[in-house]
Amino acid sequence: MAPPNGDKGTALLEKLSRIDSGKPPFGCMQCGLCAATCPLGPAMEYPPRKLILQTIAGNLDKVLTSPSLWMCVACYACSKRCPRGIELTEELWPALRDAAMQEGHQPPAELQETFQNVFKYGNVLGKSPRQRLQWAKDLDVRVLDLSKDPKPVDVLWLVGCYPSYYPRNQGVARSFARIMTELGVSWGILGTKEKAVGECDRMFGEEGLFETLVEQNRQLFDEQDFGKIVVLDPHAFRALQSFYPRFGAWYPVQHYTQFLEEYIEQLKPLMVKPVEAVVTYHDNCCVGRRCECYDPPRELLKLIPGVKLVEMSRNRDDSLCCGGGGGGMWLDAHIVANGGRRLSDERVQQAADTGADTLAVSCPYELSRFEDAAKVTGLEGKLKVRDIIELMAESMDLGERSIA
Amino acid sequence: MSAQDVLVLVETRGGAVADATFELLAAARELAKASGGEVLAVALGAARAEELKAADRIIAVDDPLLADYSPEPFVAAVREVVAAEQPRAVLVGSTSIGWDVGPLLAARLNAPLATGCQSVRLEGNDLLATTSFCGGKMTAECSLKGAPAILMMLPGCCRPSEETGKGAVEQRKPSAPLAAGAVAFQEWIYPEAGDVDITQQNVLVAVGRGIQQQDNVELAEELAQSLGGAVAASRPVIDQGWLPSTRQVGKSGMTVKPKCFLALGISGAPEHVEGMKNSELIVAVNTDPNAPIFDVAHYGAVADIVDLIPALTESLQKR
Amino acid sequence: MNIVVVVRQVPDLIEPLEIASSGDALDLDAASFIINESDDHALEQALLLKEAGGGGVTVVALDFGDVDNSLYAAAAKGADRIVKIAFDGDVPPPARESAALYAEAIKPLGADLVLVGVQAHDELDGGLSPFLAAALGMPYVGVIRGVKAGDAPGSVVACKEFPGAVMARMNVKLPALLGILGADQPPRYVPVSRIRGAMKTAQFEESAVAAAVAEPLLKVGGLSPPAPAARAEMLAGSEEEIAGRIVEILAEKGLVK
Repeated sequence: MAPPNGDKGTALLEKLSRIDSGKPPFGCMQCGLCAATCPLGPAMEYPPRKLILQTIAGNLDKVLTSPSLWMCVACYACSKRCPRGIELTEELWPALRDAAMQEGHQPPAELQETFQNVFKYGNVLGKSPRQRLQWAKDLDVRVLDLSKDPKPVDVLWLVGCYPSYYPRNQGVARSFARIMTELGVSWGILGTKEKAVGECDRMFGEEGLFETLVEQNRQLFDEQDFGKIVVLDPHAFRALQSFYPRFGAWYPVQHYTQFLEEYIEQLKPLMVKPVEAVVTYHDNCCVGRRCECYDPPRELLKLIPGVKLVEMSRNRDDSLCCGGGGGGMWLDAHIVANGGRRLSDERVQQAADTGADTLAVSCPYELSRFEDAAKVTGLEGKLKVRDIIELMAESMDLGERSIA
Repeated sequence: MSAQDVLVLVETRGGAVADATFELLAAARELAKASGGEVLAVALGAARAEELKAADRIIAVDDPLLADYSPEPFVAAVREVVAAEQPRAVLVGSTSIGWDVGPLLAARLNAPLATGCQSVRLEGNDLLATTSFCGGKMTAECSLKGAPAILMMLPGCCRPSEETGKGAVEQRKPSAPLAAGAVAFQEWIYPEAGDVDITQQNVLVAVGRGIQQQDNVELAEELAQSLGGAVAASRPVIDQGWLPSTRQVGKSGMTVKPKCFLALGISGAPEHVEGMKNSELIVAVNTDPNAPIFDVAHYGAVADIVDLIPALTESLQKR
Repeated sequence: MNIVVVVRQVPDLIEPLEIASSGDALDLDAASFIINESDDHALEQALLLKEAGGGGVTVVALDFGDVDNSLYAAAAKGADRIVKIAFDGDVPPPARESAALYAEAIKPLGADLVLVGVQAHDELDGGLSPFLAAALGMPYVGVIRGVKAGDAPGSVVACKEFPGAVMARMNVKLPALLGILGADQPPRYVPVSRIRGAMKTAQFEESAVAAAVAEPLLKVGGLSPPAPAARAEMLAGSEEEIAGRIVEILAEKGLVK
């Protein structure tokens, strides 16, 4: 049966029938678990269940023009809950968004700007590529810039856009450089040549942009001799682990929590300073819910003397997304304008409810999202937001001098 | 008439002479002192000559087609005055009319033109201009060959002066009735009374958490009114629902480049700064002397905005 | 309607600007280039007019900077023809010389309407758009935000922006050249896959035109960066004193009466 939207519907359904992960949406039995678990579902015109229903019925014009198409923040809750194993987050939503843009429907303005920044400058912030090494200025450990000085290394560290440019995250990058050096890791970076990995572009359906980045990054990576890639950004981890291989670009990759966990015995004696804090950890969606890697970050936090680890009621696979995933960083205004909740505001409240004074994170987006949320919800001064790297570096006496 | 005179194109706003014109007259006065000529103000249509006492001669040209604005009649009228007076220089504002008339006049007279002039001066016989370009990131020292030199002046190029000239008024008609040309004025369209577009404002009074309570937003509104601008805000204020999201400045809101951005009680989080850092003039007021907003502001003050805003409004209204 | 759009390259200001060793020009060797913002709006306005009333859009550009990137994007957005003017200078020519070059390339195109961005941030003797109108012998009005087809055939209605969001509606008989400040809509986003497609399929027509080089009427003696922006100059005193000082500063900038 031909779908009502003719060729474009056929093309999309055909694409969805040969998706790379999970099952195609045609097996949906409309149980609605996806919509029930979606944190932004109540505000969506087409929450996941209706999205599938309309898509397979071929009612694409409705779906592709709805503001709710741009409200998914890639938290993976629906994919996780689906009893039929349908991969909504990584397949259905991106495919529909791609189809919308191909039809000439405009994505929200902030997202357009982010795409353009990545296309033009190779970073989401629209900063000069030449200033990508700014974070390492006057750093007290040696930074091997492989783009200038190619040498075999064990670890190719992709610093990431936020840690490279964003002042709040630059200290995390510096601390991670110190920790790796302290551990005697042989590591290098791509310096000013490094580019965004492109996960948010892929998740938001900018497939041509993602493909461009894969080509560019692949060329950069293949010029180097390294054992594995280590990233600070869980989104970059997921993209390199799952999306790059689809283009034949396969590289061993670890999120930093996974990487550091392998050094746990070596790290133990290095934790010399107690960090007196009641800490609760926020599981990010990519490394957490999607890849079910829940223990390494907690093991790292437990290493730190003085840290008392407490859990939020929603943790691990039930963690509440910060709302910044896969491009959500640039959709706050769109989501709120369309009646969505501010997930980060709720999440910091959940953290505070545990009695913790510190919310530990392991994703570059979350520092600014949660600090901003703490300000708005009146938790500023009561709840500190710190990357696990910052807490570890403090205990190793390798931290930034001026961390508030 | 003298080859050393300096001519100013007068513009009006709502019937009164525009502020920018007074700056041009002051700049023209300095040039005329150096050249030994007079300051000529050319008023097209309905400019009030009594406001133009800073000029030596006020040439008021009247024609039905000069009542509103169409490019061809305006250029033709100015060109006729220039042909009759042969001035050394013509000063035009960097305005909607100026961006038509300045270059069109230069093209027709094959006269030199400099845009973005911050200051102009005469050195011997050379007319020199310091101009700003590349978004204010570069300045150039330019010399203009030939007369009249057409200078498009930036706002704030010169402080309006109290100095008056001879103030002689001459009423003129164009030698032949002006022709409408291919571009014909139809009507003025005034902004609808909907919400304000903060990206289109010359002055923004932006408030942050330092505003403390919803009631205080009213104070900012009063200040914005006295400045002819609008109120904008950083995210915490929008989140409280004290202002609509159309007023949000920053990464997830609007990016604005007003002539003046008053950052009141805004600490200067990078998300916010991204949206306002290219404003031409930034004045920040915050209780925290270390607030990062002071790194991007041109002027700063440590004060409580709930006290300062009414003081500002009062100070403006006293003028 | 046969619409011609001029698309220029300007240095991207996210990179620090360098001055050439001669001291009187920018050193553009190290610069990266982007489409001039108001030209991007001119292109959008042309596409909107075409979509509303039919016709064709021809983009004309000087072969300078990273112009191919802008032209592929223009093709992906829906430009029908692209004409590239051969050029091998280190810096774009002065406005009048540029205007003469563009005019030679545009004349054979039989344009009803030519749209050009009203300003480019690297202009010193600026206003390419009015100079080009003069070179083409076309009527001109600039600082336009929004153009629609007119009631009478062979005309458009253009809105000219004045301060305070006031607009003047102008009826423009074609052929004419408009200096565009903004389109009726922001320039559209075109997915990168489309641009990649255009890179494979778009054809550029080469135009080898020449313009007589006259002695420039504006001589640039020297460039310098403006005085570095320092941390805010702090104003001290009582609330009243601070308020008074702020009002003075605003008055100096001509922002209050």
